[in-house]
Amino acid sequence: MPDLREIVEVLLLQNYNTRLVVLSTTLLGIAAGLVGSFLLLRKRSLMGDALSHATLPGVAIAFAAMVALGGSGKSLPGLLLGATLSGIAGVATMLVIRHTTRLRDDVAMGFVLSVFFGVGVASLRMVQSMPGASAAGLESFIYGKTASMVHADFLLISIVAGLSSLTCLVFLKEFLLLCFDDGFAASQGWPTLFLDILLLTLVTAVTVIGLQSVGLILVIAFLITPPTAARFWTQRLVPMLLIAALIGGMSGWLGASLSALTPQLPAGAVIVIVAAALFLLSMLFAPVRGVIPRRVQQGRLRRKVDRQHLLRAAYEILEVQAGDGPVVNEPFPLADLLAKRSWSPLQLRRILRIARHEDHLEIAAPGLIRLSESGYGEASRATRNHRLWETYLIQYADIAPSHVDRDADMVEHILGAKLVRQLETYLSDHDLAHRVPPSPHPLEPSARP
Amino acid sequence: MHSESLNTQSTFPARQTGTRPEHPPGIPLAIHDLTVAYHRKPVLWDIELNIPEGKLVGVVGPNGAGKSTLLKACLDLVPLTSGWAHIYGKPYRKNRHRVAYVPQRESVDWDFPVNALDVVAMGSYRRLGWFRRVSKAETERAMDALDQVGIGHLALRQISQLSGGQQQRVFLARALMQDADLYLMDEPFAAVDAATEEAIVDLLRKLSERGKTCLVVHHDLATVTTYFDWLVLINMRVVADGPATETFTRENLQKTYGGKLSLLEKAAEALRSTPH
Repeated sequence: MPDLREIVEVLLLQNYNTRLVVLSTTLLGIAAGLVGSFLLLRKRSLMGDALSHATLPGVAIAFAAMVALGGSGKSLPGLLLGATLSGIAGVATMLVIRHTTRLRDDVAMGFVLSVFFGVGVASLRMVQSMPGASAAGLESFIYGKTASMVHADFLLISIVAGLSSLTCLVFLKEFLLLCFDDGFAASQGWPTLFLDILLLTLVTAVTVIGLQSVGLILVIAFLITPPTAARFWTQRLVPMLLIAALIGGMSGWLGASLSALTPQLPAGAVIVIVAAALFLLSMLFAPVRGVIPRRVQQGRLRRKVDRQHLLRAAYEILEVQAGDGPVVNEPFPLADLLAKRSWSPLQLRRILRIARHEDHLEIAAPGLIRLSESGYGEASRATRNHRLWETYLIQYADIAPSHVDRDADMVEHILGAKLVRQLETYLSDHDLAHRVPPSPHPLEPSARP
Repeated sequence: MHSESLNTQSTFPARQTGTRPEHPPGIPLAIHDLTVAYHRKPVLWDIELNIPEGKLVGVVGPNGAGKSTLLKACLDLVPLTSGWAHIYGKPYRKNRHRVAYVPQRESVDWDFPVNALDVVAMGSYRRLGWFRRVSKAETERAMDALDQVGIGHLALRQISQLSGGQQQRVFLARALMQDADLYLMDEPFAAVDAATEEAIVDLLRKLSERGKTCLVVHHDLATVTTYFDWLVLINMRVVADGPATETFTRENLQKTYGGKLSLLEKAAEALRSTPH
């Protein structure tokens, strides 16, 4: 096991042997996060997957060609050139299938992905049996391995990653328009075909430079996971791009460092596992769209609705008890409450427990409930707001929908004092049984009409 | 103003093809001998149209009649099998800046990471050109456009948290940003609330008062004559076009909708309730 000093050295790029691997993989991660964001928003993730699988025949053929020309066949730029060409051939096949037949996109992609990968595996086996050439290590393109790279390789990866990231930022506005509304973009004269090709070129570039370290099976995860995770944190594009770049960069950095410290771990797998861990954290805890914060919000909302329903039901029972006289806060039977709404006894018990906890009511005697002072105030207020709101929605049905998503509790702030008074008059004129309880505070004259 | 020079009778059934009809160069939209086909199946046949300036034009016809395709053909978004569509006397690519397009609301993914203001600002992209970011002045214009459609207070909301009607207004605000002379709108009234419908009609009238021309794909026969002053009835070919009250007749609707009786009944009802 590596000791602490070693770990710190690798992470901080102080270890000469691993510095380049870690640095270039980090840059690759940043590029993957940025390019992947647009790939995801353009809804072409599956195309990226087909593309990466389609690079394999190119690797084998490039190797064979370089050996035939008298080289060792192991030059990374040569192999990547082959990968690029066959990746492009894969995408071209896909586009031809789409335009000349009526097959669906996913069929075309599935076809290209599996056929090209199959051809790749077969031709890899063939070149390995070629006389006079050692093709050992070519399989690292499938799963990813950083060990066999040399200085120039890292330089190539870093430069291509840097250029891809830069292109994404330069074409930010254009890519945004293309991804959001390509029809509108085309109608405005933007060359959508060129922009699509440019985006696909960037995806190809990141895929190809990711082949050696991440491997062709996993490189799509490196492209898609960071932006998907980033989406949980924000509702806007630029922050999403930055967070995706950060998550991609961190995955590359931590993944490459871990794999450098424990050489038996393949770099690609570790990188993807780190990215997946960051994804999981984002999915669960990100405050904007994360699962847990959403659950908490929903729970809070449900408790609030439950409370309002309970108090309103209680107030209405008191109204009935009072008959024609003024409503007074008296104990009332639990059974009345149960009959009031579609609560199951279990539900009602839970709601009552919370209400008792909040000091809104107490058990006066077995089966008899009494609202507390604050509970009665709340009940009267909730009933008032609800009735005003209901009347407003009925009376002003044509303008109300733009306000419906607001909270009934905000009724006085949204509608303004004048309108609230109008509604009150309307209610007392038309519906004597449903009198509106008085406002607990003077209405502000400044409220927006 | 141009309406005298426009021949509203030459619409159906006899039509001269192959000759270039005379039209004044200032006419917002002139379509001649236009045919569009998808996968060998024609969608639009021999369309011949002259849309006069400053009119609110309703494009009405049954599902699959080619209404959306007609707009797309004017915008160079679909390949034309034959014919042409001219915007103010020039091909679309030469007069792009004079046209604003409002696509169908369902055509985009509303869960996209942008807010209402971002979408409206897209209306300035063509003006800005390559690589330039949205300026402060353009952001103010976008804010202004949102105010004009009555949802300025929702500018910073993510677009999936808007109601259908509000989303439609965002699209209209984006079109306003383009400051065009001809507005092509694809079903802006589809599935919107009453308040939005009213806001859109208001906006259309204001545009028309300022001399702008609006071509609106519409599906609600009951409101056709109230909303529009010019009408194009279409079912693969132009069945009739002209001033709304003259064109919106039982006979024309029968030709447009064929045997679809339930629709015809609705139309008859609409006719009865329309004051002439």
